[in-house]
Formats: sequence, structure tokens, C-alpha cells
Amino acid sequence: MADLEARKVIELGYGGNERLVMNMGPQHPSAHGVFRMILTLEGETIVAMDSVIGYLHRCHEKLGETLTYAQYPSIASKTDYVAAMTSELAYVLAAEKIGKIEVPKRAQYLRVLVGELQRIASHCLWLGTWCLDMGGALGGGATVFLYCFREREMVLDLFEALTGARLLYGFHQVGGTRYDLPEGWAKHCRETVDHIDRRIDEYESMLEANTPFLVRSQGVGVISRELAQEVGVAGPLLRGSDVDFDARRDDPYSSYPDFDFKIPVEAAGDCYARYRVRMQEFRESIKIVRQVLDGLPAGPISSRPGLKSVGQVRIPKGEAYARVEGPRGEVGCYLIADGGPKPYRMKWRGASFSNLSILPHIVPGHKVADVVAIMGSVDPVFGEVDR
Amino acid sequence: MTPDRATSLIQERFGLQAAGAGRSLTLEQLPPERWVEFFAFAKDTLGCRFFSFLTAVDWKEQGLEVVCRVENLDDGVGIAAKTRLGAEARCPSLTAIYRGADWMERECYDMFGVRFDGHPDLRRILLSQDWEGHPLRKDYAIDTPHAPYR
Repeated sequence: MADLEARKVIELGYGGNERLVMNMGPQHPSAHGVFRMILTLEGETIVAMDSVIGYLHRCHEKLGETLTYAQYPSIASKTDYVAAMTSELAYVLAAEKIGKIEVPKRAQYLRVLVGELQRIASHCLWLGTWCLDMGGALGGGATVFLYCFREREMVLDLFEALTGARLLYGFHQVGGTRYDLPEGWAKHCRETVDHIDRRIDEYESMLEANTPFLVRSQGVGVISRELAQEVGVAGPLLRGSDVDFDARRDDPYSSYPDFDFKIPVEAAGDCYARYRVRMQEFRESIKIVRQVLDGLPAGPISSRPGLKSVGQVRIPKGEAYARVEGPRGEVGCYLIADGGPKPYRMKWRGASFSNLSILPHIVPGHKVADVVAIMGSVDPVFGEVDR
Repeated sequence: MTPDRATSLIQERFGLQAAGAGRSLTLEQLPPERWVEFFAFAKDTLGCRFFSFLTAVDWKEQGLEVVCRVENLDDGVGIAAKTRLGAEARCPSLTAIYRGADWMERECYDMFGVRFDGHPDLRRILLSQDWEGHPLRKDYAIDTPHAPYR
């Protein structure tokens, strides 16, 4: 380890005079998890960056090979624990694609419903923590954080009423969903999104009229259109860099074509553009949630019989890549089935992994303080980076 | 670029028939020596500028297979290409074509022990540098003891 780092430093041209190697992390409040950056500085300007990840590695892909199609979905939530609904869905979609399993319309609508609520909750967490990181610019910063957490709690309450869990749900299963809406849930859900809809205006007025916030986010951490695609960043990072792609519209799954929504795209590629994309996504998600509640069809929530044993779901031989547009972008699951109750191989394309790998390309040239703003705007969840 | 046009261009240049349709074309059995050539072609000619993922599959006696997926986001053409590696598990690196291949190839090396020739910085990424073995290989049992529990 030490040797490798020493080698790196020599390659970077460390002469011992004006350059300084600074360690940031792995325990750093702005990392939103466990992430270590080794920054080479010239004065306060970063000239090179190395990243160390893997602190949260649990080898999900090996676990996926040892757990059955009935067991793994509830473990899948632990990859991206801030948006657990997304990764579960990617896994079951891949299995359904190979097995050509039909999903009833009601279950598809429920999947969209929880997916969009999850996006709202996840973006609340992102906005709150990002503003907390840039605290000085926001007169203390904890205000936005606490407001966002208050709203996120409301969505988590909805999930708790629906599945019994606040963070890791086990909601999706091959063939449909595991739970149906309880009595009175739809009304509660409408009130919640109406409330959040009003709050978003409040956040925007707090931030967008705030000059220090604008100075710290505009023109900082610019990702070009070309770089964004080549590195394979996804979601708000991709759309903040003028690439008009969203799997919900361009590679649709779970009845997304039934709903009317816009895909926000910004051209600037900086932290502010990513912020704008997410703020507009809040509103689009609320729009979709309302449409789902209006049009929710009656019927069964799963095309398969209730689970009685772990090895009950068998998927024929084949392979598929299924993806879901999560809050952080394209979460993909590449699954190879061999006909048994467990997959032969499972690969996670974690959106956060790809998004985080952009950092070494955009951080050099910025000041140390900007790293915090850039990190926050990338919105990585380390459960998904390290898997 | 349409999926059909991409299929015929691949057929013309590489003599291989891509399976599937639309965003999920699959190209099996690409020889490792044409791996880099294929992805340069996919990026420049087919417009697949988006790097989706790179991974490997351990087919036991039949060796390791590297899978890489790229996509043309504007026209909706996605291609997953596969190559079978020999016993020494060496594969040419795509880092010169896609910068996103850097971390993915490191992960693939970490998990499968595939050596990517031409990668500028091939070291473990998720596991610690002194880890023994490559966990996603099929001969690595899930309960393999590791330091300091050995």
C-alpha cells in the first residue's frame, strides 16, 4: 500500500518543495459515507487526485450468486440504501426479462409510485446534506438540512405504512410487488406530495436568491458533454451536462409511457446545473405520483402465487440487462440465469460508482473548498459505490 | 444510426452477427485481439459514446469472459460485446478509448484477476491491496477464510 502511494506521488512529480499531498477522509463529513481522497495541492489548488473506495464492500455480486431469486431482492435494497426501491426493482426486472414474466398493471403502477416517492425522498436527502456541506454560504446551513429532513420523514412514513420499514423495504418481488396500498394511504400520500410541492418553492427561494450559494455552485465542477458520456455518469449528472437521456422515457419499463412528465436537461454541466435538474425532477416526480394515484387500476399485485419457499422462483436459462432510472441515474443489473433457483452471475452497474469515478477528471484545478461542493453535487451513496 | 444499420456495419467489418434488437444488441465471441479495434469502431462509427459497464463472467473450464456494454444515447443503440480469454486471463484495456473503463477494469481485476494490458494503474479498487484471491471466481468459495481470521 505504502509503496504504491509513494510511486504515485513520484509520478505526479512531487518534488517536496511547493507541492503538498493532503489526505481527505475516509471519515469526512462531506463524504456522505466512507471515502478517502488523496489530493496533491499546489498552494490551495488541486493538481491531482487519487481516490480510495471499498470501505463498505460486501461483495453483493457474490451474495447474489448464493441467494435465490426470492431472497435477494430484499438484500438488493442494501446496495443503494438511500433509494432502496430502485435497486430492488432493477434486480427483479432483470429476472422478469429473462423469464418473460408478466407483471399485472396494478403492480407496474405501484412500482412507478414507490419509485417516484423514493426519488423525492432521496433528493431531499441530497439537497439537505449538500447545503449542510456548503454551510458557510448559507448562513449556518442547517436550516435547509432540517427542512429537507422534515419532508423526507413524511415520505418515509408513507413507506413505513406501506411495507413496515422506513429504509430497506423488500417491496418488489419477481412477478409484482409484495404489498398493496393500505386503507387511506392514497389520501395520505396526496396530502404529503401537496405539502412537499409547496416546500420546494421555499427551498428554491432560499437558495437561488443567495449569492454565496450561486458563487459556490455556478461554474464549479464542470463536466463536458463528451466527458460525461465517456465516463458513463448517469442521471442528474448526465442531464446536467446537456445529454437528453432518461431510461424512464428512452428505455421504458413498468408502464412509464402511461404518464406525462418532462425530462429536465441543463446545458452548463456545473454544480448549479445538477442542482437545477434535481429541483425540476422533484416537481416531475410529484406530477407522476399524482397521475399514478388518479389512474391506479384495480386487480392483482403479482402474477405469481404467494411465496412459500425460498427456492420457489425459477428462471430459465438466459441473460438480460435491466436498468432503472434511479435518483442517481442508471442502476443496472446484468443477470445470467442457468435455470436454477439462483442466478449464475449478477453484476450491479451502480450509478454512484460511475458517477464518483468522474471526480479525478473534474476536481484538478479547483480549490479544496470546491471539492466539498462537487462531492455533494455528485450525490454518491457509498453502499452503491462499494456494493 | 439504427440498430439494423449497426448490425450490418458490424457484420461487414468483423464478420460477426450481433444478436438481439434495439438497445440490447449482443455480440458474442469477439476475439481478444480485436477487442480494442471493436470499441474504437463502436465509439467513432456507431456513435456509442456512453460507457455503461464492464465486467467478467467465470465460465469455469471454458475460461473467463469479459463483457462490456456501450451505448449510443442519441439514437438508441446499445451493444454488449463479449470476449473469451485464454488461461492466462489477459485482456487489452479500453482505457484509451473510454475513460470510464479505468475504474471498471480495476474492479474486474480485483474480482476476477483479469489483467488488462495497457491499463495505466491496474491495482485493486474495492478490496485492500494485500487481499489474496479474486472473490468472484467460481473456485473462490463464499466462506473462504481470510486474514486475520485464518
